[in-house]
Amino acid sequence: MAKRVGIEVSLAISEAVKQAKVDAVAAYPITPQTHIVEHLSELVADAELDAAFIPVESEHSAMSVCAGTAAAGARTYTATSSQGLALMNEILYIIPALRLPIVMTIANRALSGPISIWNDHSDIMGARDTGWIALFAENGQEAYDLTLQSFKIAEDHRVLLPISVNIDGFTLSHVIEPHEFLDQEEVDAFLPEYRPAVQLNPDQPVSMGMVGVPEIYAEAKKCQDEVLKNSEAVIKEVFAEFATRFGREYRVVESYRAEGAETLLLTMGSVSETAMEAIDILRDRQQRSVGLIRLRLWRPFPVAELRRAVAGCRRLAVLDRAVSFGATGGPVAEEVRSALYGIDGAPYVGSFIAGLGGRDITIDDFIALAGQVEKMAETNEIHQYKMTGVRE
Amino acid sequence: MISNSELVKKYFRYNKKFPHIWCPGCGIGTILGSMLRAIDDLELEKDDIAFVSGIGCTGRAPVYVDFNTLHTTHGRALPFATGLKLARPELKVIVATGDGDSTAIGGNHLIHACRRNIDITTIIFNNYIYGMTGGQYSPTTPHGDKAYTCKLGNIERPFNISALVEAAGATFVGRSTSYHTLQLKNIIKRAIQHKGFSVVEVITHCPTTYGRINRKGGAVEMLEWQKEVAVDREKAAKMSPEELEGKIVTGILLERELPEFCEQYDTIIEKAQSLDKG
Repeated sequence: MAKRVGIEVSLAISEAVKQAKVDAVAAYPITPQTHIVEHLSELVADAELDAAFIPVESEHSAMSVCAGTAAAGARTYTATSSQGLALMNEILYIIPALRLPIVMTIANRALSGPISIWNDHSDIMGARDTGWIALFAENGQEAYDLTLQSFKIAEDHRVLLPISVNIDGFTLSHVIEPHEFLDQEEVDAFLPEYRPAVQLNPDQPVSMGMVGVPEIYAEAKKCQDEVLKNSEAVIKEVFAEFATRFGREYRVVESYRAEGAETLLLTMGSVSETAMEAIDILRDRQQRSVGLIRLRLWRPFPVAELRRAVAGCRRLAVLDRAVSFGATGGPVAEEVRSALYGIDGAPYVGSFIAGLGGRDITIDDFIALAGQVEKMAETNEIHQYKMTGVRE
Repeated sequence: MISNSELVKKYFRYNKKFPHIWCPGCGIGTILGSMLRAIDDLELEKDDIAFVSGIGCTGRAPVYVDFNTLHTTHGRALPFATGLKLARPELKVIVATGDGDSTAIGGNHLIHACRRNIDITTIIFNNYIYGMTGGQYSPTTPHGDKAYTCKLGNIERPFNISALVEAAGATFVGRSTSYHTLQLKNIIKRAIQHKGFSVVEVITHCPTTYGRINRKGGAVEMLEWQKEVAVDREKAAKMSPEELEGKIVTGILLERELPEFCEQYDTIIEKAQSLDKG
């Protein structure tokens, strides 16, 4: 077993980026992402990473520069949070349309206003429909592993799409955790050098960023969605290879003590580890039939895997960490309800929103949530969402 | 002149928002103090002032003072202020912004606000670095100086903010430092009284990041440096370029009268309406 090293999660991510031997990094400072890119700048300055490090004047420029370096065939990385991701939004749509396999860490943080630097999932939900693959990490080890795997997934010629690896701001980005690092030889064997399918090259000129007239636009968008959906198979392949090589296994939908559970909780991100503690109490001390489902893959939404994971359960409590204003529920809950709609014996789905703008979600909150969804299911309570612990 | 304790009681949300977040030795509070004394000297009503900021250490300034305040997103203080001024032209609109906020992420807005000559006073707190996010170099970090994203020295050349805004069309440009608090107060007074887009660039210190990584000493040493390098405009006019090497010229650098945007806007509306009637 590899040696475990105690290190800040942000720095572990920088280490993964270094080991992936990226060619270009462009970024703008924003809390709580800053430590990742700052450490990368040190690694470049110390000649530990041979990459173009490009500090720019805004996140809009950062993602634009990334588009340029990726189009030129460079393995490209960036990181951002919150308002920074929002400012990138225009370019976020361009990247998958140009099939540029950029990897980005999003240290998830609430959006203004009110101004908040603290953690929730508002930022990634705002970028939900931009066409990026979106993965969620629950701890530092996962953040490190998923970052490495993301380059391999993104650059696969069956995919060629950008990926965001979402880590909870502060809760993950700023904590020191034990990490098992791979040797550089192991990384090199797992992650081959990037071979672009198409790149800007004066010897073989190509045009990128063309106009899509009405006769072709719909086909282009349909192709893009097909590629994104089909990436799920490649993601699973890469997860499987990683598990074979290094023994750490990832699934697009993860579960915890969900076998035969009548009630399931569903979470994304680091709060899943709190939920696991709650499940242990519910199962072991209270003898209740409660388990946990965690979405590792948010885009493309793993419809079939989700259906399999919740089959047989009677109630499902979906925890969202963002508000989709004026919608029919939390963004994850809406997706889950749609995925289960019309399925025989589908569970009752409760939509719960909690942990906004850095508000803690405790073990007791999850225990209460399980009880609440069971009660709501008894009367088949029609609701949009319930906001947990909100002062009204 | 108003005493410190009177100033705090009259202008700060001291019982709600203190303690502030600025580091010990930071220059922002000093600049804010000069601004408040300028406003007090002018006997402006607090409710007639709209104080607008973006994001960053400087962006926190409106949180602590008792005016109409608007704390916006990173780089966007000037567009918010432009809308505010057009909707309520009778308000005195003052923008507080840092070097990163105003010349990097919001750089485009700065030059266009200058060009438009809208009656807004913009105070640029220039400490040569992104302080709040931990010391990344900004568009005003001097060439060769260090930041945590350029540990071997900055390879980019800095903006000269005062020259930039003059070229972009600002009709009042003043520069001072956080050491020269009286001069600064007087420049801000004149800037607020000026009709048109006025910019006051304030050279200040960030002992926590810029000062530390560039070994500039603490706040006291950095203030002493400001005292040493600052040369008043009138004195500078008599000095040779060699003598001015490494100096920072302070004072009112430019004051010119050009048509103001809101007034022209009203004129064009009147014209358009008279055409309709005609």
